[in-house]
Amino acid sequence: MDAIPRESSPLYRRRRVSNAIGLGLSASAMVIGLFALGWILWTLVSEGFAALNWAFFTNSTPAPGTPGGGMANAIVGSLMMVGFATLVSTPIGILAGIYLAEFGAKSRFAQVTRFVTDIMLSAPSIVIGLFVFAIAVATTRQFSGWAGSIALSLIAIPVVVRTTENMLSLVPGSLREAAFALGTPRWKVNLAVTLRAVRGGVITGVLLAIARIFGETAPLLFTSLSNQFFNADMSKPMASLPVVIYNFALSPYEDWQRLAWGGAALIAMIVLAINIVARTMFRDAPRN
Amino acid sequence: MSATAEQAAHAVRGHAAEKAEPGPDALAAERLAARVRRFAIQDRIFLGVTFSFALFVLLVLAGLLVSLFIEAWPAFREFGAGFFVGTTWSPAREVYGAVIAIYGTLVSSFIALLIAVPISFGIAVFLTEICPLRLRRPLGTAIELLAGVPSIIYGIWGLFILAPLLQDHVQPLLGATGLALFSGPPLGVGMLTAGLVLALMVIPFIASVMRDVFETVPGVLKESAYGIGCTTWEVVRRIVLPFARVGVIGGIMLGLGRALGETMAVTFVIGNANRLSASLFAPGNSIASTLANEFAEADPTLHIPALYALGLLLFVITFIVLGLAKWLTERSRRRAGL
Repeated sequence: MDAIPRESSPLYRRRRVSNAIGLGLSASAMVIGLFALGWILWTLVSEGFAALNWAFFTNSTPAPGTPGGGMANAIVGSLMMVGFATLVSTPIGILAGIYLAEFGAKSRFAQVTRFVTDIMLSAPSIVIGLFVFAIAVATTRQFSGWAGSIALSLIAIPVVVRTTENMLSLVPGSLREAAFALGTPRWKVNLAVTLRAVRGGVITGVLLAIARIFGETAPLLFTSLSNQFFNADMSKPMASLPVVIYNFALSPYEDWQRLAWGGAALIAMIVLAINIVARTMFRDAPRN
Repeated sequence: MSATAEQAAHAVRGHAAEKAEPGPDALAAERLAARVRRFAIQDRIFLGVTFSFALFVLLVLAGLLVSLFIEAWPAFREFGAGFFVGTTWSPAREVYGAVIAIYGTLVSSFIALLIAVPISFGIAVFLTEICPLRLRRPLGTAIELLAGVPSIIYGIWGLFILAPLLQDHVQPLLGATGLALFSGPPLGVGMLTAGLVLALMVIPFIASVMRDVFETVPGVLKESAYGIGCTTWEVVRRIVLPFARVGVIGGIMLGLGRALGETMAVTFVIGNANRLSASLFAPGNSIASTLANEFAEADPTLHIPALYALGLLLFVITFIVLGLAKWLTERSRRRAGL
């Protein structure tokens, strides 16, 4: 019979070395991930903050070759379209989420809806743009802020549906039973008891949806198009931060590129701030 | 729901009838019964409203497929199955074949996965097995923030920072290997750069799924492995990975689905040229970047239908990939008893 291998034996050494290599590589993968995040943020700060001045927020996008100017029209356009999309998608998403969690449960219909929602969460957003172009732009022969807003809400709805449903499924059954035992009608149980119990999580879902659509470019490219001038009329083509950044970054003018960096820094700051607020304020929120 | 409401109303009425004298009790019972009936109606309305919104999600999907198909129909009628095997995409000659865009989409996504999968695996291992408990949450959040960065930011960063860097320092080195894969002038933008940026974008998605399935591995399994003297790495390779295999593949599919459909980041750095090339340095086009570049100025007779056909193709492919991802992760969750 073989003796028990000693600590200095080649087998032990080989296992220790492969352990060190494996764990070392894992740690360096983590470093790569953090480095990428840090690098991107640092670039945004160093390139973008220089462009963020008073004029950036008060002036509209400049004509080609004109110095100065800002992104006021794009900021207002983004806020209006995202705001309207949030107003539409929040109730739809929450009510659909309530159905899936409280009524649908394990029914075939609920399972299919859940599956479809999960896929729409990651579906290519440019295809949503194509769809909205077909139903809202081609039919009215007019690019418009409304069309852009519809596209954004179609992207936001699945996010709200899934977070609402996930949060509601965490509510203990005894809470519902207690409410039912008091003779509360079902709609009131769902709205005033269960939904209320998880409102932090639902707000997180809405915030994450806002963060998501605030940076979306692809679905706006051929729905709201863009607009060189200030425009608060949603039935006309509308500028938005992501689309203006896209157009300006690929332009040959240095002034435009500088503005694009400023816009990128602004969007990143807003989106990351919303993400951080959503994740830290409501700690039990789901990860997605 | 309504059946119980009726029963309740009946019971209340019966209780009142026993007393057989109309008095304040009977009146109260009548009022209560009316209230219960009203609740039942309200509940039915509420159910109808929530159901219709859930149905709305399904209708959007159906409407999306139908409208893409209708809009794409002229292109299918003109080119037939040849659309999917045509290697020419020329608005000038009105000839449209999808191969260039499909090739660009697949190659850039493949490069992305080649880079992203090992890195995501490392991150997930680090977060679940190595990282001190106190740091797990903040580091995990940092990786998730990477997923929250809008794709346009990756695009502008890739174009102005990463591409010049690759052009000056990395591509000459790779070009010196003499492989056909790395031939041609180092432009900075191209298939390789697109793959790299995509890799960065999908890492957080794959890493999060992997971390979540790693966490479902029962502690008893790992502890018994440690008990017989396994190293951490051996536990990861022999216990965690085999147990979480299905979920890991699901996470990779999710990353693939994301990479296939990503538009902005790719459009910035892929170079936007409608030609096939064996070299990864060469500019190309993906389905999504073709759509983003050409749609707004496309001619409605054949160009727009051809773009819709591309969009439909992209949607069907990503739907299948994401569906598979969902099915796999669901299976691994069930297996873990969650």
